[in-house]
Amino acid sequence: MSAEPPRRVARVTVTAPPTRRRRRTTITSEIDAQTQVGEVYVRSLVRAQLRLALVVCGVLAVTVGLLPVVFVVAPALGDIHLLGVTLPWLVLGAGCYPVLIALAAWYVRRAERNERAFVRLLDTRRDPGGRP
Amino acid sequence: MSTRALATVVAVVLVVALTLGAGALSLRRARTPSEYYVASRAVSPATNAAAVSGEYLSAASFLGIAGLVLSRGATSLWYPVGWTAGYLLLLLFVAAPLRRSRAYTLPDFAELRLGTTAARGAASTMVVVVALLYLVPQFREAGLTLRILTGAPTWVGAVVVAAVVLVNVTVGGMRSITLAQALQYWLKLAALCLPLAFLLVHRTGGGGVVLERLRDPRWLEPVHGGQGLYVTYSLVVALFLGTMGLPHVAVRFYTNRDGRAARRTTVVVLALLSVFYVLPPVYGVLARAYLPDTPVPGTGAADAAILTLPGHVVGSTLGDVLVAVLAAGAFAAFLSTSSGLVLSIAGVVGQDVIGRRLPAVPAFQVAGVLVAAGALALTLLTGGLAVAQAVELAFAVAASTLCPLLLLGIWWRGLTSPGAVAGMVVGGALSTAAVLTVTTGAVPRGGLGVVVAQPALLTVPAAFATMVVVSRLTRGAPPAHVARIMVRLHTPESVALDREGFRARGAED
Repeated sequence: MSAEPPRRVARVTVTAPPTRRRRRTTITSEIDAQTQVGEVYVRSLVRAQLRLALVVCGVLAVTVGLLPVVFVVAPALGDIHLLGVTLPWLVLGAGCYPVLIALAAWYVRRAERNERAFVRLLDTRRDPGGRP
Repeated sequence: MSTRALATVVAVVLVVALTLGAGALSLRRARTPSEYYVASRAVSPATNAAAVSGEYLSAASFLGIAGLVLSRGATSLWYPVGWTAGYLLLLLFVAAPLRRSRAYTLPDFAELRLGTTAARGAASTMVVVVALLYLVPQFREAGLTLRILTGAPTWVGAVVVAAVVLVNVTVGGMRSITLAQALQYWLKLAALCLPLAFLLVHRTGGGGVVLERLRDPRWLEPVHGGQGLYVTYSLVVALFLGTMGLPHVAVRFYTNRDGRAARRTTVVVLALLSVFYVLPPVYGVLARAYLPDTPVPGTGAADAAILTLPGHVVGSTLGDVLVAVLAAGAFAAFLSTSSGLVLSIAGVVGQDVIGRRLPAVPAFQVAGVLVAAGALALTLLTGGLAVAQAVELAFAVAASTLCPLLLLGIWWRGLTSPGAVAGMVVGGALSTAAVLTVTTGAVPRGGLGVVVAQPALLTVPAAFATMVVVSRLTRGAPPAHVARIMVRLHTPESVALDREGFRARGAED
């Protein structure tokens, strides 16, 4: 460096700052500035969470949600006795609840995983060295 | 005074003392507006889950389900399933974003998301309507319980509940309520378990078993044919979607630490509710077998009849004590749900109506007094449905108004203020008209009557459709703040992002 003529050094210092500033651009700041890039990241998180919620909702619809139709279509289910209780009473009185809890626990695990992926995505790009 | 009346009075006094004591414990800590409204958001998920469940399990859950199972049979089993599944939908679509919105009340959320006072006003109106529809059956059931067990006039029970709730809400705000609610979940669970254990083991007393009644095919049928399918699905829609729109449930989510805690709280709530809801149908079945005569379906008499069950089965002084234990649980249910409801309406009335003239905390207290007095007057002036059905109508209104506001507001950027207001007006007008028709007993015969009695399957899609269509018609350039709100609602709090902008009225934290 010391061997270079002074005029050249001056030119380098002029071009350097913009380069460094661009490297400091993070997804976080893109989101804050509401750029299209930031938008894409937020939308992808919202979409992933919505898709997950709709999938769990769909499972609820085809399990508990279909029961009324099943009971009407197959009234013979009422003749089946388990533990001294007819099947519809057992399903509605106790059987639905484990399904609901399991769906909830599954959803929370997946939703938190989506959020962790989002945070990781932001962290990798926040590296000060600007490595991709 | 009979032994039963005496035992009941003692039990009710104990529950009232416990409720007020829990409130007094945290009296000194509730000083700032944010403590009044949301306990400064420093409540752990376990306590919060017990508080949510304690608040949610109302007279309709404690007595109503058993009463309906007794008189109507398997078709009533959809109530507890729906009331639990409602929390699953709340978890999927609302829990974390609602907490992350950092709004105190549903009207706060409406204003935050839509940015207009019109949207705030529509949401406030619906909160007051839904909460009053829910509150009045609680007060009425309290009166009925005391009348059946002690012979006191109906207004006594209602006035006792209103007075206790008022003291607790105005003196302690949300934090005292949180502790009291958490206790009341366990109290209610114990009050169902203990007599049930005796009933199952000790079936020796008074009346004989009438097993014939348990073999009635119509009573055993979970869905009646023909219109039964519409009725069942309409009920399911109201209960599944109504839960997220209940103002006293929504306000509870603001007391979670963050969005993640809000989700975890909801899972614990699901588990606590599932444990509880297995029990009331068992009471209904036992009452069907042991009570000397079956009450008329769809009246408050069947709900109250459940309370007398231990007296018929076990008999003697032990039976009276068990009746008193059930009465204690019932009063815990009346007090906890009423507290939450009064709190949520007082929050809205305090902020929107009185808040402009008074500082936040006095406004909240004045609003609490007005709300409790108003609900009491309504209770004494109107006649009675079975409590589970009366409460279900509140769910239908919530599902037709506040539920679409939350779902579309959280997940769809295209929702506009005119769209949301139009949807709430359409859904609110249709469902409220149906509710008024049912409560005044003017339900027409035939197909229309079925729809009016169970309106949700039509009014909920109508509200959603109106919101979407009007939003499409009024859409302009997407306002910049909507993108910022999406960031706030959906990104985890651990990420340092700009979530500026809206602050709830009276907020300090």
